Amino acid sequence: MNAILNGIAHIGAAVLNALGLVGELAIFAGTGMFAIIRPPYYPRMIGRALMEIGYFSLPVVSLTALFTGMVLALQSYTGFSRFNAESAIASVVILSVTRELGPVLAGLMVSGRAGAAMAAELGTMRVTDQIDALSTLSTEPMQYLVAPRLIAGMIAMPLLVAIADILGVMGGFLVAWLKLGFNPHTYLVSSFTHLRTDDVVSGLIKAAVFGFIIALMGCFNGYRSKGGAQGVGAATTSAVVSASILILAVDYILTQLLFTK
Amino acid sequence: MSIPKIRVRNLKKYFGTKKVLDGVDLDVAPGTSLVVIGGSGSGKSVLIKSILGLVTPDSGVIEIDGVDVLSAPRAQARALREQIGMLFQNGALFDSLPVWENVAFGLLAEKKIARRSARAKAIEVLAQVGLADNVADLSPSELSGGMQKRVALARAIASEPAIMFFDEPTTGLDPIMGAVIDELIVDCVKRLGSTSIAITHDMASAVRIGDTAAMLYDGKITWTGPAAELLTTTNPLVDQFTHGRSEGPIKMALRR
Ligand SMILES: Nc1ncnc2c1ncn2[C@@H]1O[C@H](COP(=O)(O)OP(=O)(O)OP(=O)(O)O)[C@@H](O)[C@H]1O
Ligand SMILES: [Mg+2]
Repeated sequence: MNAILNGIAHIGAAVLNALGLVGELAIFAGTGMFAIIRPPYYPRMIGRALMEIGYFSLPVVSLTALFTGMVLALQSYTGFSRFNAESAIASVVILSVTRELGPVLAGLMVSGRAGAAMAAELGTMRVTDQIDALSTLSTEPMQYLVAPRLIAGMIAMPLLVAIADILGVMGGFLVAWLKLGFNPHTYLVSSFTHLRTDDVVSGLIKAAVFGFIIALMGCFNGYRSKGGAQGVGAATTSAVVSASILILAVDYILTQLLFTK
Repeated sequence: MSIPKIRVRNLKKYFGTKKVLDGVDLDVAPGTSLVVIGGSGSGKSVLIKSILGLVTPDSGVIEIDGVDVLSAPRAQARALREQIGMLFQNGALFDSLPVWENVAFGLLAEKKIARRSARAKAIEVLAQVGLADNVADLSPSELSGGMQKRVALARAIASEPAIMFFDEPTTGLDPIMGAVIDELIVDCVKRLGSTSIAITHDMASAVRIGDTAAMLYDGKITWTGPAAELLTTTNPLVDQFTHGRSEGPIKMALRR
C-alpha cells in the first residue's frame, strides 16, 4: 500500500516538475521575444551569433543535404522502378528536400552544433557569475545574450536551408545522371515542373521556426544551468535533446498547418 | 544623523531548509567602508548578492539611499542598484572579450564613453591597478589568477560607482600585491567619496580597508564595531575568528 502511494507521489512530483519547467520555458521565451523588440540592440552580438549558427554550420549542413539528396534518388529509384514510375524520382527528390528533409535535417544538425555550443557558453557564463556580472554593469543579460541568438537563429536557419535545398537537389541530380543513367536535361526539367513556390517558402518558414527553437533551447538550458562543469554538461545535453524533439514535433504541426490547405 | 547609504533590516534567505541569512541587520553610512568577516559558507556572498538583486531574499528590508529596493518599482530599484560596482569573488571576467573590453564594459554600456576612446580609457584604469598596457589585448584566460583579480577590480571601479562591493579582493594575491590592492581600494573609495562593503578573510586587509567591521555568524550579524578593534575586541566569536583558533565558541563541522 505504502509502496503504491510512494509510486504515485513520485509520478505526481515528476508531473509537477515537468509542468513547472514548461512554465519556466514559456516565461523565458516570452521575455526573450520581448527583449528582441526592446532597445538597446546589440548588432555586434547578432553578427557573432550569425557566424556561429550560420557560417560555421555551413559545412555540416551542406554535407548532410548533399548525401540526403543522393540517397533519396537511389532509394526512390529502387521503389519506383518496380512500377515503372522512374520519371517521378526528380519530383520526389525536390519535394522531399524542400518541404521536409532540408529544414528538419538542417535543424537537427544545427541544434547538435550551434545549440550545444550556446548552452555550453551560457552555462559556463552562469556558473562563473558572468551573467550576474553583466547585470551589475548596466546590461540586461536577456537582451545582450539571449535576444541576439534568437534573432540570429531565425535569420541563419532559412539561409542554411536554402543552401541545403540546392545541394540536396544537386545530390539527387548527380546520382540520377551519373549512376542511374537519366538524361540530365530531362531530369532537371521534370524536377522543376512540379515545384511550386510555396513548397520552398513553407520549408523556409519551418527553418525560421526551427532556428528560433534551437536558439531558445540552447539559451534556456544554458541560462538556468547550475553546479559547475557537470551542470554545464547536463545543460548541453538537454539543449540538444529538447531542441531535437521539439523540432520533430513542431515539424508535424507546421506541416499540418502549411500543407493541408 | 544622515540616512545610511545602505540599510538592511531582518534580511532572511533560506535555500531549501538551510538558513543562510536569518535576520541580518546592517547600516553603512555614506562615504564609509564596512568589512564583513565570517566563516566560509556563512552567507557573506549571498548577503551582498541580495543587495545587488542577484539573489532574491525571502523577507526583510534592503534600503539604498533610504528607498527599499525590494518593494520599490522595478525601474527605481534598478536605478538605485546601478550605482553599485561589484568585484566578484571569482572575478567573473567575460572570457569572450579581451581585457580592455572587460574593463570598459560598464562605461560602454552606460554610454559614458565612445567606443573609439574606450581602449585608451581602459588602459588608464588598468594602470591604476598596476597592470601594463600589454595586457589590454589579451584574453582573461591568458592571465594569472592574481592578474585576473586586478582586471576584475579595474572593471568594478572603471565607472567610478558611488557604491562598491568587493568580494574577497585580495584572496589569491601575494602579500605585497594584496597590500597594494588594499591601498588602491582605500584610495579609490576615499577619492570618489564612495561607500563600500568588502568581504575578506584577511585580517590585516580588513583593518586596512575598513572603517567599521561586522561579523556574520549563524545567519546574523553577531558583532559590529570599528575595524581597528577587530584584533583587540573581547567578543569571543570575533576573537576566535580573527586569531584563527580552532578552540572556541565557533565549532567547525569537519564531520557530519
Ligand atoms: N544558489 C544557491 N543555491 C543553494 N545554496 C546556495 C546558493 N548560493 C549559496 N548557497 C549556500 O549558501 C551558503 C552561503 O554561501 P556564500 O557563498 O554566501 O558563502 P560565503 O560566506 O561567501 O563563503 P566563502 O567565504 O567561502 O565565499 C553556502 O552554504 C551555500 O551552500
Ligand atoms: Mg563568498
